[in-house]
Amino acid sequence: MISETASSELQVVYRRNQSHRRLFWALLFGLAFLFLASLLLGRYPAPGLISWERLNQDDLARLLVLNLRLPRLITALLLGMALSAGGVVFQMLFSNPLVEPGFLGVSQGASFGAAFCIVLLGSSAVVIQGSAAFFALLGLGMSYLLARRIRYGGWVLRLVLAGIAVSALFSAGLGILKYLADPLSQLPEITFWLLGGLASVTWPKLLSILPVVLVSLSVLFLLRWRLNVLALNEETAFSIGAAPQRERLLLLTAAVLPTAAVISVAGMVGWVGLIIPHISRRIFGSDTRYALPAAMLLGGMFTILCDDLARTLLAGEIPLGILTSLLGAGVFLILMISRGVKVER
Amino acid sequence: MSAPALMTFDQVAFGYNRASGPVLDNLNLSLKKGGVTAVLGPNGAGKTTLLLLALGWLKPWKGTIQLDGKRIQQISRRHLGQQIALIPQSEHIPFEYSVLEYVLLGRTPYLPPLGLPGEEDYEVAYEALERVGIAHISRQSMLALSGGEKQLVLAARALAQKPKLLLLDEPTSHLDLSNKVHLVELLQRLKLSGVTVLMTTHEPEIALAVSDQLVLMQKGRVVLTGETEAVATDQNLSQIYGVPIRVTSSEGRKQINWL
Repeated sequence: MISETASSELQVVYRRNQSHRRLFWALLFGLAFLFLASLLLGRYPAPGLISWERLNQDDLARLLVLNLRLPRLITALLLGMALSAGGVVFQMLFSNPLVEPGFLGVSQGASFGAAFCIVLLGSSAVVIQGSAAFFALLGLGMSYLLARRIRYGGWVLRLVLAGIAVSALFSAGLGILKYLADPLSQLPEITFWLLGGLASVTWPKLLSILPVVLVSLSVLFLLRWRLNVLALNEETAFSIGAAPQRERLLLLTAAVLPTAAVISVAGMVGWVGLIIPHISRRIFGSDTRYALPAAMLLGGMFTILCDDLARTLLAGEIPLGILTSLLGAGVFLILMISRGVKVER
Repeated sequence: MSAPALMTFDQVAFGYNRASGPVLDNLNLSLKKGGVTAVLGPNGAGKTTLLLLALGWLKPWKGTIQLDGKRIQQISRRHLGQQIALIPQSEHIPFEYSVLEYVLLGRTPYLPPLGLPGEEDYEVAYEALERVGIAHISRQSMLALSGGEKQLVLAARALAQKPKLLLLDEPTSHLDLSNKVHLVELLQRLKLSGVTVLMTTHEPEIALAVSDQLVLMQKGRVVLTGETEAVATDQNLSQIYGVPIRVTSSEGRKQINWL
């Protein structure tokens, strides 16, 4: 039997967990609403929301919604979910609230891989995706191994240094590829990468990344409690029954694969993976039981919103990466000023 | 040798680097069920290494370490987590968990692979906080705690694992005098409830106050093992620390004096 104070204290905790869950469902509902509204939002036939009658009468409008906006919206959703979930996983596993998938050579690796593919192997969606994923993993592996060999500073500093160095290597490689690229056909395609955007998303492109993203995100969702455990020191994680090396590898893979996949379709879309986990933790606390799924929903909403702006604000398309960086950095600065990001060490 | 052994080290050798040779060599040790064993020795004697071997985190080069007659490398991760808990000397806490959430992590070995903690786990975690005497801070942020409070939270997390064997690495290093007293009392209560304890310490007083078996280590070797009363002599302690030490007894309590 537990004491009376214990049970009343625990009731408070249970109620807070309950309110987290309610808030989570509210977010899910909000996301669904945003998704449907975004489906109707656009610049055809006129800027703004398309009416239901119009959709029923106008074949072109229907085609546009089903074949262009729908896959694009789903991709935006997956992009936000994957980058935010990846951000949470990286921040937990490296015990550092300031890392994101891009920090450790993953994003630069993926960009290099895509450009490599465009210049030397041709631009089939599946091959680009494979190449981007391969170089993203290579970037991460190189950063990790390099960090282990650096003989300077603490673990986090070494990781960041290694990540910067590897990212710079891939950036240089990207520069060489751009120099070699055909300025009329290949260079514009590479440039698209560096700005990020979803304008060219079609059903086949979406379907090529859907399985890996869905499987990885499901794995992360199912392992959301383990993520708490793996954020601890290795010996401690081991002492409470985890197999830290094996489980970290699994979680890292499940974070990097979908990141590489969505980047391979959307190009470089920055700041989502850094800022959304912070917002999620600010609202739900650090416990990844809530912070991880909530980050996925918040990330999905953020990228859908940014993509809505990207395609409707001006007659021409605004690159998505510009908007996420602009909004993300803005929100980040406000967060930093408002209460300070707590970093120990 | 009345009580049966919970854990035995048999001819254990271990090192971190093949080239520089073993850190621990030819180590034999037996931890009696319900006993408190303190490992005493100067910095670099291999105390923490011994603890990490007992945890199963480090694998011996030679020899065997058995828990209840079974080699610990052959026990599943989950099962081992239910039996052996570690209170590390310190821990880097990068995120803003509440104290209760942090202690709840100790319930992990009892959860199925994809499971989440339920009300029973919360109750065990809260009780662990009560046992350590810090239930009043259960909803505080880990980042707002003092060093001593953090240490006690780590102790509560280990107790939430309901271990048979509790490993403590320098448990008193961040504690002030009153918390040291609390810890000693806690260890004495644990002993009464049948938990076996293996602890390293820099402080001979703590070792004398709680242990019934004392292990003296020096340069990777166990110099002497035996009942605390018999081992804690002026001569033995002076020898391993390399400075003159006198053990005196007043009102039934041993005290350490130097100079």
